[in-house]
Amino acid sequence: MTTDTPGTGPIDDKQPVADATDATEVLRAEHISKSFGAVTALSDVNLRLNKGEVLGLLGDNGAGKSTLLKILCGFQAPDSGRIVLNGEQVSLKSVTHARSLGIDVVYQDLALINELSVFHNMYLNREYRTGPLLNNRKMKALAKQHLADMGVRIPSVDVEVAKLSGGQRQGIAVARSVYSDAKILLLDEPLAAMGVKEGALILSLVRDLKERGEVSIIIIAHNYAQVLEVCDRVNLLQHGEITFDKRSADTSVEELTDIVVAEYRAAMQARQNGG
Amino acid sequence: MLRRGGTVFLQQREASVFIVAIVLVLYFGIFSSAHASFFTKNNIANVADATAPFAIIAAGEVYLLICGEIDLSVGYIWTLSPFLMFFFNTYYHFPLFLAIVAALLCGALIGLINGALVVFLRLPSFVATLGTSFIIYGFTLTTSAAQEKSLPAGSAAGLGRYFGGFIWAEIIWAVVIILLAQLILTRTRWGLHTIAVGGNLVGASEAGISVARIKLGNFMATGLLGAVAGILEAFRVGTIDPSAGGYTPMFYAVAAAVIGGTALAGGSGTVIGAFIGMLVLAILQDGFALLGISSNPFLIILGVSIVAAMVANVYLTRLRRAGRS
Repeated sequence: MTTDTPGTGPIDDKQPVADATDATEVLRAEHISKSFGAVTALSDVNLRLNKGEVLGLLGDNGAGKSTLLKILCGFQAPDSGRIVLNGEQVSLKSVTHARSLGIDVVYQDLALINELSVFHNMYLNREYRTGPLLNNRKMKALAKQHLADMGVRIPSVDVEVAKLSGGQRQGIAVARSVYSDAKILLLDEPLAAMGVKEGALILSLVRDLKERGEVSIIIIAHNYAQVLEVCDRVNLLQHGEITFDKRSADTSVEELTDIVVAEYRAAMQARQNGG
Repeated sequence: MLRRGGTVFLQQREASVFIVAIVLVLYFGIFSSAHASFFTKNNIANVADATAPFAIIAAGEVYLLICGEIDLSVGYIWTLSPFLMFFFNTYYHFPLFLAIVAALLCGALIGLINGALVVFLRLPSFVATLGTSFIIYGFTLTTSAAQEKSLPAGSAAGLGRYFGGFIWAEIIWAVVIILLAQLILTRTRWGLHTIAVGGNLVGASEAGISVARIKLGNFMATGLLGAVAGILEAFRVGTIDPSAGGYTPMFYAVAAAVIGGTALAGGSGTVIGAFIGMLVLAILQDGFALLGISSNPFLIILGVSIVAAMVANVYLTRLRRAGRS
């Protein structure tokens, strides 16, 4: 694991998070901002991701996690700031463009199509074809093999995904990204609304990927106990900025809780003062 | 083995309507008092004529219903297209074949406008195509002075034979279109993406599918098919009539799609099912006529079939989802 660049701890506002010359860095976001009308979702986000690293991106609802994710995966353009991928500045034009560069996202709503079979979902918008026709046989065989490799157990790749459990669906969504040659995987709330057993399936999936070391992962979540389990490093996003950056080994659920409780206290104080 | 075969069959969306079609053919062709006239060439041609044009526009509607839209104007594209052919041929001196092609392209263009209203101006397709229906119909009546036109001279004996003049021409067109549409729906990216857009709009766009492109394309295809049906019907009937087409064929096509197993809510459907659905309606209507029953109760049966088909679809879908059936 590449955790040889330790986090800097609670950080100064306007400084880049990491040394730009770090050789193992795969992704860096600098001074990213994004507003929607009068609402500022992100004010100044600096974030970096190392090769093979699992980074937990924590934050309250409305802290800007989803906006940051949409910018990193090419769904939206930032108002300002830049994204550096493998040492080169890139401007992500679309989800498809980002994906062609190896950045892929697994959304909270999974982006699976209930009405389609598992294997069609796995290859949605990157189907194998023979001439104009879909090569279903090839997609079925590959899907079966890939899911087995990743330990995602489903009754058959022919079933509609509507028939599967939440954990199985998530497993399919993650497998879909990994096997589309994603080098950077963005997982949006992968454990939300999931039972303990299902969550364990996803955590072990992430752990497997970490052991292989080929994929770098950003997990977006608000349950820090689960995130600390699998992440090498955690960042905390508050009011559109990264306010905290530490290796998981150097922090604890307690420390993170204290920060968030302090934020609540400050918010309540502000309410009282405001009338 | 038989049980397994039965299970596989019942899992097909077309299963229920196919069974109904078989039962009707057996009843009218063998057991009813009209059985002697059912399998005659003329009667089969009648059923074919009552199926073909509706099935052609139903193919388009199935695609639109699957991706969560509907086109109410397709029946008026049917009305307009033979007039356009006539205008291009008579007033602009296009050779007949080019006049037909130009009329078909105009159908696709109207589809594109329908699609643009829905995709770019975000109008509900029901409202957008309700509006364009009146525009197209008004345009047809204005430009034709609401008068019938005769087919271009010599066309009925020439090119017109292939476009509906020959007794089986229209049903052959319909079957070819249906098979092609079913193939595209089930075996190509376009079909897969259409289902994806209807099943999970957000998910499909997150997967990088261009929802606008899919919807525009399906509106264009439907417009094109409306024009095809209109021109085929003009050559079959032998005249260009401003009272042809309209809302009725469109609603029959939607009814056939629903009876055949296409979900109005989007996400799933079958073109073959819509074809069989239309065949069922045509056989019913024909059988009633053979038995000398008034065509009035036919509408009651049509309504009951639509409701019954929806109930059966909901029930069968639940069985499919539960993984048993």
